[in-house]
Amino acid sequence: MSEYNDKIKEISARLLKECQVDMVIGFRKGSMPMMNEPCFINNAEDAAQLVWDSNCGINLANYLTNRKEKIGIIAKGCDSRNIVTHIIENKISREQLYIIGVPCQGMIDKHKINAMFEGEIQDVAENGQKITVTIDGKENALEKADVLQKNCAVCIHRNPVIFDEMVAEPVEEQKDVDRYADVREIEAMTSEEKWNTFEELLSPCIRCYACKNACPLCYCPTCFVDESKPQWVGKGQDPTDVRTFHFLRAFHCGGRCTDCGACERACPVGINMRVFTKKLEKDSFEQFGWEAGLTLDERPPLDTYRPDDPDDFIR
Amino acid sequence: MEHMGIEPDRIHYSWISSAESTKFVEVVKEVTEKVKALGPNQHFAKHEAKVA
Repeated sequence: MSEYNDKIKEISARLLKECQVDMVIGFRKGSMPMMNEPCFINNAEDAAQLVWDSNCGINLANYLTNRKEKIGIIAKGCDSRNIVTHIIENKISREQLYIIGVPCQGMIDKHKINAMFEGEIQDVAENGQKITVTIDGKENALEKADVLQKNCAVCIHRNPVIFDEMVAEPVEEQKDVDRYADVREIEAMTSEEKWNTFEELLSPCIRCYACKNACPLCYCPTCFVDESKPQWVGKGQDPTDVRTFHFLRAFHCGGRCTDCGACERACPVGINMRVFTKKLEKDSFEQFGWEAGLTLDERPPLDTYRPDDPDDFIR
Repeated sequence: MEHMGIEPDRIHYSWISSAESTKFVEVVKEVTEKVKALGPNQHFAKHEAKVA
């Protein structure tokens, strides 16, 4: 995917030079391997800083909330779906945006790569489908397919759904992927097993809120976890509070989540909180035939009423 | 809620009109019975404050 680099720089520089946009939101190289950082580019000369590779997993739609200026934004499949969600929810207008679409081939899972090796990773380079990880001067070769982020491995919307300009031809979408295997596994458990699974899953959580800060859907001026009148949830490490936080956050994303994986990627302790959001994503899909962020022309299921809404749970 | 590990019988949804008093009584009885059968809830309950 790094071959997109030149095109991204060229388009961004052009947009800024012609004053079509006030800034471009993209990625630049971070100070650590596998940690590209989002950046706001304000003038054409700085566009050279922009990069694109398999470490651009952060969802840039997160930075659009309530912006007033004209913005060029670099968007892979999931970013574009979150941009659509942002437009539907009136957090930005379509006219303000110039969307530079990037066909995505998946992002690599830094948690997984870090866990595979002992010692400090000095460099991670990629060449097509090959990843080279350098530790203590020694190179280790990996297949990209083996270290994809879990959500990327089951992604079926790699190409942007909305864009003004593409940096390359669309990539082939993945077919025949079983998107909900992990959710079904949990659904098959008994109540007690489910409880214990989540107890274990959430036990390392330090309530740093990186997941909600990385999430483009979490844009409330005051999050429910920060409110004190009323205090919806305790602020400590009590397992009940930790669980309430994750559980409620997932519910707030119901019918909106695009499974971009930003939450899981941002988590410093590597919790896969996508099992919650994904369950709701699965329900939206199965009950309402809804996948978030695919079109500007349809309202999401949770803000519409249809006489044929499934309601078997009400007696 | 069920996905989180709360027993399905603990959660009930019902649509009862203000005119349907009989249905209301029936539902309340049924819910009470089912919840009593499950016993006290152990989940989402803080048992005691943790002291460092």
